[in-house]
Amino acid sequence: MPVADRAVEARPGLGVGVSAPRVDGTPKALGAFAYGSDLWVEGMLFGGTLRSPHPSARIVSIDVSGAIVLPGVRRVMTAADLPAKRRYGLDVADQPVLAEDVVRYVGEPVAIVAADTPETAREAVAAIRVEYEPLPAVTDMEAALRPDAPRVSELGNVLRHIRIVHGDADAEADVWVEGYYEIGMQDQAPLGPEAGLAIPAADGGVDLHVSTQWLHSDLWQIAPCLGLPEDRVRLHLAGVGGAFGAREDLHMQIHACLLALATGRPVKFSYGREESFHGHVHRHPARMWFRTGARRDGTLVNTQARILLDGGAYTSSSPAVILNASTFAAGPYEMPNARIEGTAVYTNNPPAGAMRGFGAVQACFAHEAQMDRLAAALGMDPLELRRRNLLHTGSVLPTGQVIHGSAPAREVLERCVALPGPADPAPGERDPLLLPGGAGNVGRGEHVRRGVGYALGYKNIAYSEGFDDSCEAVVRLECDPDGVVASVHTAAVEVGQGLHTVLAQIVRTELGVDRVVQLQADTAVGSAGSTSASRQTVMAGGAVELACSRVREHLFARAAARAGAGAGFQGPFRLSDGHVFSGDTPLGRVEDLLDTPLEATEVYRHRPTNRLDGRGQGEPHLMFAFGAMRAVVDVDEDLGLVRVVQLAGVQDVGRALNPRGVASQIEGGAAQGLGLALLEEIQLRDGHIANASFTDYLLPTILDMPPVVSDVVEEPEPGSPYGAKGVGEGSTIVATAAVAAALRAATGRELNRVPVTPDDLAGLAGPRTSAGPAPVPDVPGPRPVYEYR
Amino acid sequence: MKVYRPSSLGEALDVRAAHPEAVPIAGGTDLMVELNFGRRRPEAFVDISRLPELGVIRREGDTVSLGAGVPYARIIRELPDQVALVQAARTVGSPQIRTRGTVGGNLGTGSPAGDALPVLAAYDARIVLASARGTRRISWRDFLVGPKRTALAPDELIVAAEWDVPQGPGSFSKVGTRNAMVIAIAGLSLQVDEAARGVRVALGSVGPTILRAPDAEAFGAGALDESGAWANPEAGVPEAALARFGELVAAAAKPIDDVRGTAAYRRHACGVLARRALTWALADRRLPAS
Ligand SMILES: Cc1cc2nc3c(=O)[nH]c(=O)nc-3n(C[C@H](O)[C@H](O)[C@H](O)COP(=O)(O)OP(=O)(O)OC[C@H]3O[C@@H](n4cnc5c(N)ncnc54)[C@H](O)[C@@H]3O)c2cc1C
Repeated sequence: MPVADRAVEARPGLGVGVSAPRVDGTPKALGAFAYGSDLWVEGMLFGGTLRSPHPSARIVSIDVSGAIVLPGVRRVMTAADLPAKRRYGLDVADQPVLAEDVVRYVGEPVAIVAADTPETAREAVAAIRVEYEPLPAVTDMEAALRPDAPRVSELGNVLRHIRIVHGDADAEADVWVEGYYEIGMQDQAPLGPEAGLAIPAADGGVDLHVSTQWLHSDLWQIAPCLGLPEDRVRLHLAGVGGAFGAREDLHMQIHACLLALATGRPVKFSYGREESFHGHVHRHPARMWFRTGARRDGTLVNTQARILLDGGAYTSSSPAVILNASTFAAGPYEMPNARIEGTAVYTNNPPAGAMRGFGAVQACFAHEAQMDRLAAALGMDPLELRRRNLLHTGSVLPTGQVIHGSAPAREVLERCVALPGPADPAPGERDPLLLPGGAGNVGRGEHVRRGVGYALGYKNIAYSEGFDDSCEAVVRLECDPDGVVASVHTAAVEVGQGLHTVLAQIVRTELGVDRVVQLQADTAVGSAGSTSASRQTVMAGGAVELACSRVREHLFARAAARAGAGAGFQGPFRLSDGHVFSGDTPLGRVEDLLDTPLEATEVYRHRPTNRLDGRGQGEPHLMFAFGAMRAVVDVDEDLGLVRVVQLAGVQDVGRALNPRGVASQIEGGAAQGLGLALLEEIQLRDGHIANASFTDYLLPTILDMPPVVSDVVEEPEPGSPYGAKGVGEGSTIVATAAVAAALRAATGRELNRVPVTPDDLAGLAGPRTSAGPAPVPDVPGPRPVYEYR
Repeated sequence: MKVYRPSSLGEALDVRAAHPEAVPIAGGTDLMVELNFGRRRPEAFVDISRLPELGVIRREGDTVSLGAGVPYARIIRELPDQVALVQAARTVGSPQIRTRGTVGGNLGTGSPAGDALPVLAAYDARIVLASARGTRRISWRDFLVGPKRTALAPDELIVAAEWDVPQGPGSFSKVGTRNAMVIAIAGLSLQVDEAARGVRVALGSVGPTILRAPDAEAFGAGALDESGAWANPEAGVPEAALARFGELVAAAAKPIDDVRGTAAYRRHACGVLARRALTWALADRRLPAS
C-alpha cells in the first residue's frame, strides 16, 4: 500500500514539558521515512502539467493531437474536459482548475496528461500546441492600482483593502521619522516538492494520498471540481517534507484525481524543483511607507502606515495576509493613534499566499527599522525606546482590541538582551571559512565591520476574524498482548515541526500510558484545520487533551462501577502507576479495566474572534506571541559580503511542551528569516521567474547560518491547552528585521530593501526610492471590500 | 540511452571515433544537471570516469600534469603546493561535488564560471587533447574559445592540463552572494612569476570566457620594478599603485547583469579582489621560504 506516513509508536516515559525525542526522527535520519515523492503503487500512471508561458494572454486554441498519439499517453485534459466546478480557492474560488479563455500568470496550468512513464508525460506536455494572444500584463503592484491598469480579476485589481483608524489619527508628534521599505518575493522552498497519488476506488470515488497542510480544506475544494460528494473523496496524508505555507493552496490534487477517474488507473504527480517554484504560492512582496511620531521623551504617539502587497493573479490567502500586515503594522508597542491603510492587489505575477510569518514579517521589517530611526532622531538608545513603549496585558491595539491574555513583551526583550554574545576570535584570527565570503577565500579580515541589531515583533496564533476554527481528535485506550496502548487519530498534519511527538506527550500525560500510537492523518476523522498560523499544537493538542480527559472519565466510571455501586465511590479519581484510585483507595489496574477498549471523539474550538468594522476596529485575533532577536553580523565593507556571527532569539511560548522542539523552531525560523534578509528572492522579470532552481534561488548553507542561542518565556496563556502558544513563526518574523538592523549598524547604510544585496552593502546601489505612498483605493461602502469568511 | 564503458584511454578514443554523438561523462556534476533541466538529451554517453590514464597526477621537473579525471578532493590532498589551484578546488560546490567533479569536466563545460579555469589561465596551462588520430597540446586560451565553447574535436578527449610551476606566490578568490556552494559572480587568480618578474591575473565569471588582464599585469610587474620589490621583497608597493592595479584589473572585466549579480558589482569586485590578491602576494613574498 502506498502508505507513506505509517502509524508511529512513541517512546515511553516522556510527557508534556519534556524534550521527548522526535517520533519521526530516526526514520527521517535513516532515510526510511516515505515522503510524498516516494509514493508508489503497481500500475500507476505519471502526471504532467502544461503551464502558461505568458503573464497574461488569451488562449486562442489548444491542439492536443500531437500528445494523444504518443505511445504510452493515456489521457490529455484541458478546461474543455472538466466534469464539474471549474474553479477552486482557499477563500474565494477564483483559480481555474485548468485555464479557460485566459491565463493570468506564468506557470498557470493549462493542460494535464497521464502517461506510462514520467518521461512520456514530459514529452506529451511538450507536444501540446497552444496558440496564445498575449495581452497587456500588469506586473507591478503600484501600476496595478492605476485606473488605466489592465484588470487582472473580474473584480478589479484591489484584492482587499484594510483601513485602521485609531485614536486621533491626525495627532501631532514632537518628532517624526519617515521610511520607505521593500520586500522581495520569498519562496517557502520546502525540501520535499509537491507530490501525490490518486487511486480510483470501486465506489466511483477516489483516494488521494498527498503532502498537504490541511486535508479537509483540500477535500472541500477538490470534491466539487470532481463532481463527487465529499464522502467519496478520501484524503490520506503522505509524508510531508516541509511546508511553510506552500502547501495551503491546492497544486496537483484536483489534476491527479481527474486523471485517475478518467483513466481508471492510479495517477501520481511529483513536481521537480523548477515546477515547484511555479506550482505553489509565495511570500507577498511588499512596498511600505511609514511615518512614526513620538514625543521628545520617546513615548510613541502616532503611526501612519501605507502597506501594499502584491497578491499575484489569484486570491489565495491574501485577504488574511493583508489583515495581518495591517493589524501588526504598529509593532508590539502601545500606539495611541494610528492610520493604517493596507492593500493587497492582483497582478499578473505568480500568486502569493501563505508563508511562515504571514504578513507580520513584512510589517516587522518596517516597524523595527522605524524604531531604530526614531531612536536615532531622538538621540535615544534603541532598546530604551522600545522598553518605553512595550505592549503588555491590558494594552489596546490599533484595532481597539484589548490584549486579555499573556503579553510578556518586556520579559522577552530583556531575556534576549541577556543572552550571551558570540565568543568568537577577532576577524584576523578566525578560520577564514567563518569570514564574510566563506569558502570563497576573498579576504583575510580586511575591512570587516561588525554590527549588532535587535528586532522585536509579535503575531496572532490560530485563525482570526471570526473564523470557526476547530480540530477533532479520536483517542482510544485499549489493552493488547504487550499491555496498555493509546492510539490517536486526527487529521492534523505533521509537516516536520514535531506535532506527532507533542501529541504523544499529551496522551502520556493525560492517560499515564507509555505506548502511544498515531494513526495516519486522513479525512475519516473530522477536520483538524491547517497546520499553519502556529496553531496546531494549540488546536490538535487541545482536541487530544479533551479526548483524553473524556476517555479518562469513561475509565473512572468503569472502575467505580466495577468496584460495585454499593461501594459508593464518587471520586475524585486519579490515575497513578497504572492504577485507578479513588482518593487513596486503588480501584483496579488499568490493564484489567480495558477488557473492551475505551474511545472518545472530541472537537476543540477556540474562543470566537470577530471582524473589523469600517474603521478597522474589532477583535480579530485570538492571542498573541512575542519574539525578539539579536543579530551579530560581520560585513566585508569593500565586497559587501556578510557573515552572520550569531543569532540570539527569545520567544514567548506560553508553555514549552517540548523544549527541544521549541528551540528547533526558533533555529529553523531564524534561518528562514536570515534567508530573506540576505539571499532568498524569486526574481521576477515581467512576471517570469528568472531563478526557478536552487542554483540561483539561494538558501542559506551551514556556512551562512550562525549558531543560534535561544531562550523562552513561559507565561501561560489563559484558556489555552497547558497555557501553550504556537511557536512556529516567531523567530522568522524578527530574524529578517534583526539581521537588517545589524547590517545597518555595521555599514551605516539605510538598507531599506530585503534581501540586501552586495551592491547595497558595498555602496554601489543606494536605498530604494519612491515617489510617495501609493494612492489609497476608493473603497466602496463602510467596510473593507473583501468579505473574509 | 546507450552508455559505453571503455576500460582504457585507447578504447575510449576508439569509441569517440566511432560514435562522436556519445557524450563523455566524468563526474557528471555538470552533465546530470543539464539532463535534469531537460537542456540536453544525449543519445549516448561514454563513461570516462574509470579510465586509469585520466586519473594520474604527474610531476616531471617543474611541470605538473593533472589528469582530466582527477576530482577536486584529490587535488586538495595531493597538490598542496599548487596553492591557487587548491584554493579554487576548495571553493567548488560541496564535499559531494568535490568528490565527483573533475577539472576535465570544468574544462569540458568551458563555463566562464568554472572555478579551476582562472587558475589554469594564470598558470598559462596547456590542455592535452587526445584522439585516435594522435595527441595535441594547446594553450588554455586556444581551448576556451567562447562561452561554454571549447576547441575539443568531436573525436577527442581531454587527457590532462599541464603547466610549468611558477615560482612565486599565487591565490584564487571567488565572490558569490552565499558563503558556500555558489556559482561565482566574480573569480580571480593571481600568480607571481619570480623568474620572469611577472604578475599574471586571470578573471572568471566577468566575461564570455576566462580573461587575462594584460594592462594590469604589466603595470603590476612595473610597480614591483619601480619600488625595487623584485630584488627586495621588503620593499613592497605603494598604496596608490595597488589601487591603480585594482582599477586596471576591473577595467579588464567585461561583465554583464544577470540573476546572480550586476555588472557594476562584478567589475567592482574584480578591483577589490585584485588589490587584495596582490597585497597578499607581496606579504607572502616577505615570508622566509619554507
Ligand atoms: C551542486 C553543484 C555545485 C557546483 N559548484 C561548482 C563550483 O562551485 N564551481 C565550479 O566551477 N563548478 C561547480 N559545479 C559544476 C561542476 O561540478 C564542475 O564544473 C565540475 O568540474 C564538472 O566536472 P565533472 O567531472 O562532474 O563533469 P561532467 O559533468 O562529467 O562533464 C562536464 C562536461 O565536460 C565534458 N567532459 C568531461 N570530462 C571530459 C574529458 N576528459 N574530455 C572531454 N570532455 C569531457 C562532458 O562531456 C561534459 O560536456 C557545481 C555543480 C553542482 C551540481
